[in-house]
Formats: sequence, structure tokens, C-alpha cells
Amino acid sequence: MKERLRNKMMELYTRRRLANAAGLTISVLAMGFGLFWLCWILWTLLVHGLPALTAEVFTKMTPPPGSSGGLWNAIFGSLMMTLGGTLIGTPIGILAGTYLAEFGQRGWLAPFTRFINDILLSAPSIVIGLFVYEVYVVHVKHFSGWAGTLALAIIVIPIVIRTTENMLRLVPSTLREAAAALGAPQWKIVNFVTLRAARAGIITGVMLAIARISGETAPLLFTSLNNQFWNDDMNQPMANLPVVIFQFAMSPYEDWQKLAWAGALLITFSVLTLNILARVLFRQNASTH
Amino acid sequence: MLLHEARLKRQTIYDALFRGVTRFAAFGVLALLAAIIFSLVMGSMPAIKAFGFGFLASPDWDPVNDQFGALIPIVGTLVTSAIALTIAIPVSFGIALFLTELSPRVLRRPLGVAIELLAGIPSIIYGMWGLFVFAPLFADYVEPWLNKHVGSMPYIGPFFSGPPMGIGTLTASIILAIMIIPFIASVMRDVFDVVPAMLKESAYGLGSTTWEVMFKIVLPYTKVGVAGGIMLGLGRALGETMAVTFVIGNAHELTKSLLNPGNSISSALANEFTEAFGDLYTSSLIELGLILFFITFVVLSISRFMLYKLSKREGKAA
Repeated sequence: MKERLRNKMMELYTRRRLANAAGLTISVLAMGFGLFWLCWILWTLLVHGLPALTAEVFTKMTPPPGSSGGLWNAIFGSLMMTLGGTLIGTPIGILAGTYLAEFGQRGWLAPFTRFINDILLSAPSIVIGLFVYEVYVVHVKHFSGWAGTLALAIIVIPIVIRTTENMLRLVPSTLREAAAALGAPQWKIVNFVTLRAARAGIITGVMLAIARISGETAPLLFTSLNNQFWNDDMNQPMANLPVVIFQFAMSPYEDWQKLAWAGALLITFSVLTLNILARVLFRQNASTH
Repeated sequence: MLLHEARLKRQTIYDALFRGVTRFAAFGVLALLAAIIFSLVMGSMPAIKAFGFGFLASPDWDPVNDQFGALIPIVGTLVTSAIALTIAIPVSFGIALFLTELSPRVLRRPLGVAIELLAGIPSIIYGMWGLFVFAPLFADYVEPWLNKHVGSMPYIGPFFSGPPMGIGTLTASIILAIMIIPFIASVMRDVFDVVPAMLKESAYGLGSTTWEVMFKIVLPYTKVGVAGGIMLGLGRALGETMAVTFVIGNAHELTKSLLNPGNSISSALANEFTEAFGDLYTSSLIELGLILFFITFVVLSISRFMLYKLSKREGKAA
């Protein structure tokens, strides 16, 4: 009797151990699965992108089909629009984030805005492109660099709002109280104490926002479109790396495809560098506090 | 004294001004959402007037005769997202489990960052990689195998039989899955981290295995948050454009087989919008965008609602 009970327990024990081992193995495999794609994609980019990444890429314009050229106008356009989008979106985002964290304790506006902002954060970017097309491109009747900038700015705003609010909430309220006790008015407390204390985190957020918009393609398709030639007039259709990559990769011409790989390598590594830099910067600052 | 009062008054005005400006910016976010919805509705008015609710159920897409319907792109969007979720959920769970319970402490951070970097890769890169690297391999090795072994099975067979072209609904779904894994996995990891250590330790103390702690303690405790993370991933998958556009094939056809080319809302927009001729064509595409925005809005609202619920409970427990 005792023997049978013992056996049964051992059986149960073995079964549980086996289930555990199986589950944990699957977990390790899942982790490997995730890393596998990351490595494979990066490897492909290096293999195809590095040979294509010549000095011409940075000096020549995008070529007509069947001939060689570079990506300089697209790189320039991307830089301009990313810069513009960040410059427009960041202040608005910081202000709104400040409201949510510092002034929004009462009333309906803050919780509602927070909710809507979280939705805009993951809203399909192609819809943002459609929106800018509807409200801007249709009215001025031509695609332009400004329209692209506007679309990117709309994507930057929610990201900056979210990080600004999160970072301001991390600032201990004793700092605010100390400043208030010294007689500082609220605008000074926020501008010179809390926002300053949260600076590193907010910069991290802005960097992540830049990383996000530098790879965005969908919102630029209907706004800045593309331009085969050099253009530094933001009022004209503007070439940009993502859309050029899209066009060149889908084309049957080998020269174009090669340039697309070079562009892809450029974008991915700048985005990943920004991502890593943002994390390192934030971590360094967080550890000194 | 008077000077002091004047200064105080000035500061009060500055305060009100500053608060007003931040309030205005916060209000701007709401205005932005309202403007997006309004402009999409206005833009799709001609199509709404022409087709009514029939637009949602009609499989037509005939620019020459001005007949449009949203059924095929909607089905494509839903099917690709559903398959992507089916693949991504277990994998993300495994990754989150590994990062919270199994990984050596030193590796935890770099591996977490690596998974987040996967989320940082722009979607156009996924699309390009899918088109040039993944699709050919898929067509050469996986699809013939699927045709041979799964294609003859009853019930599910028709879904997996078809020409092995590499480009099609299934390929798009798999690439979508890879893209949303990091989103779901990092939400899962974050919510697993909020489980009080005492709960887990109690279960370990009673002799539970790691697997049992995961399924009987951590998952029940965090199920709302996990569901929120999954919905967040779904929201991403529904709206993803470039990765899908490259590999889905952009065919306005309703077929049973997942190996055939299909279409999704976002890829129809990306491919056709700038080339659309005529008001009705453009307006139909904008209505597609409106439908996409509506679907993702609902999904993301549910997701946020669930995540808030979890963080509220966490606040109570503390």
C-alpha cells in the first residue's frame, strides 16, 4: 500500500518535473527564436548593404533606372524632415506632458488626454499620412517636404508626451515642495526644478522619437512623396530614404536594388545606434541620482 | 510693500499663463484626434454616399467602373493579424518567461535590449528582408512541404494548398508575427515584473516548479495586463503597412488559400493611393483608412483599458 502510494507520488513528481523541463526548454527556444530573426536581419543587411555602401552614395543623386548613382538627396531630405518633425513635435509634446504630470490632478482633461495619447502612440502611421494629405496636401495642391515634416511631427508628439509625463512623475515631490517652500511660483518650480531634474529622461524620449520617425515610410508616401533630383525647398516634393528604399527595392533594376540595400543599412544602423545611445544615456543619468 | 504685491501679482499671472499654455497643448492632442476623425470622414463622404454600408461587405474593387468594396482588404487585415497573433503570443510568453525567471542576472538586461531593438528596426526593413530573403526561402522549402503534407489534410488542407510563390498572406503573417513579438514580449515582461516576489516565493516554498509558478501564480495575477499587451500587439499588427505591402502580393482576390497573394487595408493604401484617379477611387481608399483607424482605435482602447485595470490593482495591493 505504502509502496504504491510512493510510486504514485514519484510518478506525479516525475511528470511535474518533465512538464517543467519541457516548458523551460520551450521558453529558451522562444528566446532563441527572437534573437535568431534579429541576427538574421542584421546579417542580411550587412551582407547586401556594405558592398553597396560606396562614397557615391553620399555624393550623388538618386539615378534614373538602369544607371548608377547615390542617395545624397534622399539622405538630405530625410535629415531635414526628421529634424523639422522633431523641432515641431518636441515642444508641444513636452508642454502637454508637463500638463499631464504637473497640473492634471483634477478634472477630466488629463485622464482623457492620457488615454487618447496612448492610442495615438500606436495608431497606424499610414492613417496619419492620410490625415495630412487631407488637411494639407489637398489644399495646397502639391506634395511637399513640409507636409512630410508635419506628418512626422504628429508621430513625435505622443511619444514625447508619454516619456515627459513618465519622467516628471519620477521626480520626487520633496523637490517641488522644497522649491515651493522657498517661495518659488509654480512656473518656476516646473521650469527650473522638475523639468530640469527630468532632463535626461526627456532627452531619451526625444531620441527614441527621432529613431522612430527616421524609419517611418507610410506617412511620407502621401505627403512628401519623392523627388529624383536635388531639392532643398521644403515646399516641393522631397526625396527621403524610406520612400526611396520602397521604390528602389520594388523595382526590377539591379542598381536601384543595390542602392536600396545601402539605404536600408544606413537607416537601420542609425536607428539602432540612436536606440542604444538613448538607453545608455538614460542609464548613466539614472545611476548618478 | 506695494512692490512686493506687484511682484506677487506678476508671478500669479505668469503661473496662470504657463498653466494655460500647457493646458492648451494637452487640449491639442484631443483636437488632433478629433481632426483626424473629422477629416477622414469628410474625405470618405463620396464613397459613403455612393456605396453606403454595402461597402463593408462588397468584394468589388474595380477602378475602371468605379465599383469599390472593402471586404477583401478588411478580411486580409484581420486574417494576417490573427495568424500573426497565434504565432506571436506563445513565443512572446516564452521570451517574457525567460527574461523574468530563467535568464542569468547578467544577461537579463542585454537580452531585453536585444528584443527591444527588434522592435526598433523600421518596418520597411522587415518588408525588404521579407521580399528578398525570407520569401524565396519560404517558397523553395516551406511552401512545397506545406502543399505536400498539410495541403491534403481534410478541413485545413485548402488553406495551405496553392502555388508556392513565396509571396502571399501566410508570408505576410509570419513577418508581422516577428514584428509584434517584441511589443507583446516587453509588455508581458513588464507586467510579470510587478508580481509581488512574496507570492512567487510562497509558491516555490510549497514546492512548485518554475513552470507551475508561471501558470498558476504569475499568469492569473497578471492576466489583464497580458491581455492588454496582446491587444497592443494586435493594434500594431492591424496598422502595420510597409512590412505587409512588400510581401502580401496586393491582389484583390478572395481566396481560401493562405499561400495566394492577398491584400490588406494598409497595403492597398500604400500601393494605390498616390496612383488613384477620380474622386470616388480616392474617397474609397480614404474610407478604407477610416475603417482601419476605427478597428485599431477599438482594439487599442480595450488594450489600454486592460493595462490601466492592472496598474490600478497594483496600486491597491501596495
